[in-house]
Amino acid sequence: MTPRQRRIAWVLGIVAAVGIASALVLNALRSNMVFFYSPSQVAAHEAPRDRSFRLGGLVQAGSLQRDGLTVRFHVTDLAQTIPVRYEGLLPDLFKEGRGVVAQGRLEAGVFVAREVLAKHDEKYMPPEAAEALKRAKQGPAK
Amino acid sequence: MIPQLGQAALLLALAVALLAGTVPLAGATLGRPRWMALARPLARLHFALVVAAFGCLAASFVRNDFSVLYVAVNSNSTLPLGYRLAGVWGGHEGSLLLWLTMLAGWMLAVAQFSRQLPEAFVARVLAVMGWISIGFLLFMLLSSNPFERVFPPPPDGNDLNPLLQDPGMVAHPPMLYMGYVGFSVAFAFAVAALLGGTLDAAWARWTRPWTTAAWACLTIGIMLGSLWAYYVLGWGGWWFWDPVENASFMPWLAGTALIHSLAVTEKRGAFKSWTVLLAIVAFSLSLLGTFIVRSGVLSSVHAFATDPKRGLIILVFLAIVIGGSLALYAWRAPTLGLGSRFGVVSRESMLLANNVLLVVAMLSVLLGTLYPLLLDALGQGKLSVGPPYFDTVFVPLMVPAVLLLGLGPLAKWKQAALPELAHRLRWAAVASIAAALIAGAWAGHISAGTTLGLWMAFWIVASIAVDLWQRRGQWQALPRAMVGMLVAHLGVAAFAFGISMVKSYEAERDVKMAPGDTAELAGHVFAFRGVREMQGPNYDALQGLLEVSRGGTLVATLRPEKRIYRVQQTPTTEAAISPGPVRDLYVSLGEPVDQGRAWIVRLYVKPFVDWIWGGCVLMALGGAIAASDRRYRARRRESQAGVIAEAGA
Repeated sequence: MTPRQRRIAWVLGIVAAVGIASALVLNALRSNMVFFYSPSQVAAHEAPRDRSFRLGGLVQAGSLQRDGLTVRFHVTDLAQTIPVRYEGLLPDLFKEGRGVVAQGRLEAGVFVAREVLAKHDEKYMPPEAAEALKRAKQGPAK
Repeated sequence: MIPQLGQAALLLALAVALLAGTVPLAGATLGRPRWMALARPLARLHFALVVAAFGCLAASFVRNDFSVLYVAVNSNSTLPLGYRLAGVWGGHEGSLLLWLTMLAGWMLAVAQFSRQLPEAFVARVLAVMGWISIGFLLFMLLSSNPFERVFPPPPDGNDLNPLLQDPGMVAHPPMLYMGYVGFSVAFAFAVAALLGGTLDAAWARWTRPWTTAAWACLTIGIMLGSLWAYYVLGWGGWWFWDPVENASFMPWLAGTALIHSLAVTEKRGAFKSWTVLLAIVAFSLSLLGTFIVRSGVLSSVHAFATDPKRGLIILVFLAIVIGGSLALYAWRAPTLGLGSRFGVVSRESMLLANNVLLVVAMLSVLLGTLYPLLLDALGQGKLSVGPPYFDTVFVPLMVPAVLLLGLGPLAKWKQAALPELAHRLRWAAVASIAAALIAGAWAGHISAGTTLGLWMAFWIVASIAVDLWQRRGQWQALPRAMVGMLVAHLGVAAFAFGISMVKSYEAERDVKMAPGDTAELAGHVFAFRGVREMQGPNYDALQGLLEVSRGGTLVATLRPEKRIYRVQQTPTTEAAISPGPVRDLYVSLGEPVDQGRAWIVRLYVKPFVDWIWGGCVLMALGGAIAASDRRYRARRRESQAGVIAEAGA
């Protein structure tokens, strides 16, 4: 091979490798994106049934029930309310009346959470929860 | 009085930075030695002023001067002294001051330890760093002044976020910033070389120790953050692929690529433009990290305020630094010239492949971090990219990188022969596969993923052993740079081993326990003895008591806590950990159930988890050893002669 051909081979090799890598990366990204839905959207059947998503809003006051390790509560955007079931320890800042984001999937009308997030700051409202309240205030979900 | 002094020091520092950014640069361009000679004294003065400002803020914290808004927001008179000092960098404004202090420190270091460098080059480097300082000073003075006053002063402060009241949090930000900002030296060296138009092996040799030192600091900084998350957040994780973590990991990946490509530029004169580009990218990512964490784009424990003005200023600053340096690169890089040729199988080609893998890894983290932010900014809806994405992407990239990590150091420069390499490494290959299978069988079940992870660790160790065996008799003569590389690579092995073991064999259980109950997990029996009330300096706590025994003998007594910090009334979970070289026992208290008669308790047995951080320490140690190589200093006369010859040519 002449030096020129060798350089072209190098460039082609790198382009191919980067191309394959990007294809894999984009595919991984697409299959691991978790979308966010508000209780109103879930009630309007806009949320996916076959993959997990994030649900955000307020923990409805008086809805928290504990049965051993299982916790049940309702997430509301003040327009619609979705029942949630979760097994395990809740984060420190989880409280009735406060913002929460849960990740999981719908099973027979109940949102089964795999993960419950409440962030580290007392004054802090998870952006998703704030968004849900804002959307609900503006009117029915689009 | 003290806050005014601090404010004055910042204003003077801005004036000095303006001088440092212009006069020496003009001197280097016009060939005026006196103007260039100003660079060093100005850097020293700049350092003194910035440290004075930092000291004033620290003094305001120590004296509980709540007339300073930043102190009032981040401290409290009941806060212990150590955490009051840590409060200096516990919030946005103080973090920026810490950033600036680190920059001033690196500038001072360059001024002090650059006697072997040509004057014009030092003048350009310090001028570029001066411009970065100007940017940060303007940002602070215009939108994030740590010395802003409140009148009337509140009677007491709002307290430091309880999660930050921890020894790990005292050390994490300074180390992290030392690394972040350390890349500004490599950046300034690269820009100075582009401005000056000479980029040769000597340039790479000057740049290497600075870059390696910054990289080592960044490694320790990230490690401390991860360790902090492990024992403070209370849920046993050590890396969450949180955007804030990614913000520090991206410059690390770019920096890792940079220290490897610098090696090629020094030894073989190749990859010149690529090295310069990486230096620009590594520092740009450090700035981007600061932007992501500090602009309020992300709301998390790291971002305390949301202020669009701040975001805008940082964006403009980012655009100037990144855009400007890339434009300069596009303009001047073609003049740098290509390096020497190398074969398809050679140490150069392997380092090139390693660089490509690291950069692709960095880009995939960048994509996963910025994509949700972009979509949100464009009003396209909210989404998050979870850890599975990063796991899926990282494993296929890191496996070939580790394979190369074993091959590269044994391959010859310029042209290596695959059959010869295979012959030299055949025992390493056999031994590493056997060791991976044996270790897997010993720890429990054998699975493909675990075996692959363990193989990577053993492959590195075995290839280093082969390398050392073939150099037997000349160990005394091994240069420090080489020793440092081997130690850092061993760190990668320890890191890979720790991750594989903990991912594959950790055991976790949430149980409801009343006093007297026991629970069994991975051969350990956890006995719950009850909960008592106790009081800390600025919090009230409930402390649980668990005794852990194995085979009938007591191995650990654990006291996890549930704390309420009095000022903010914030609850926190303090996990109790019994660390060990082969396993950590980890317990955290959930919440009381059955009217307080029982508690939900989370139990973990985490095999070899400490090896993850131990591996990071080894990597950083390797970096420190390599950066201290005498070669970088001893050749000063020779390189000076070379530069004079070049300047004359």
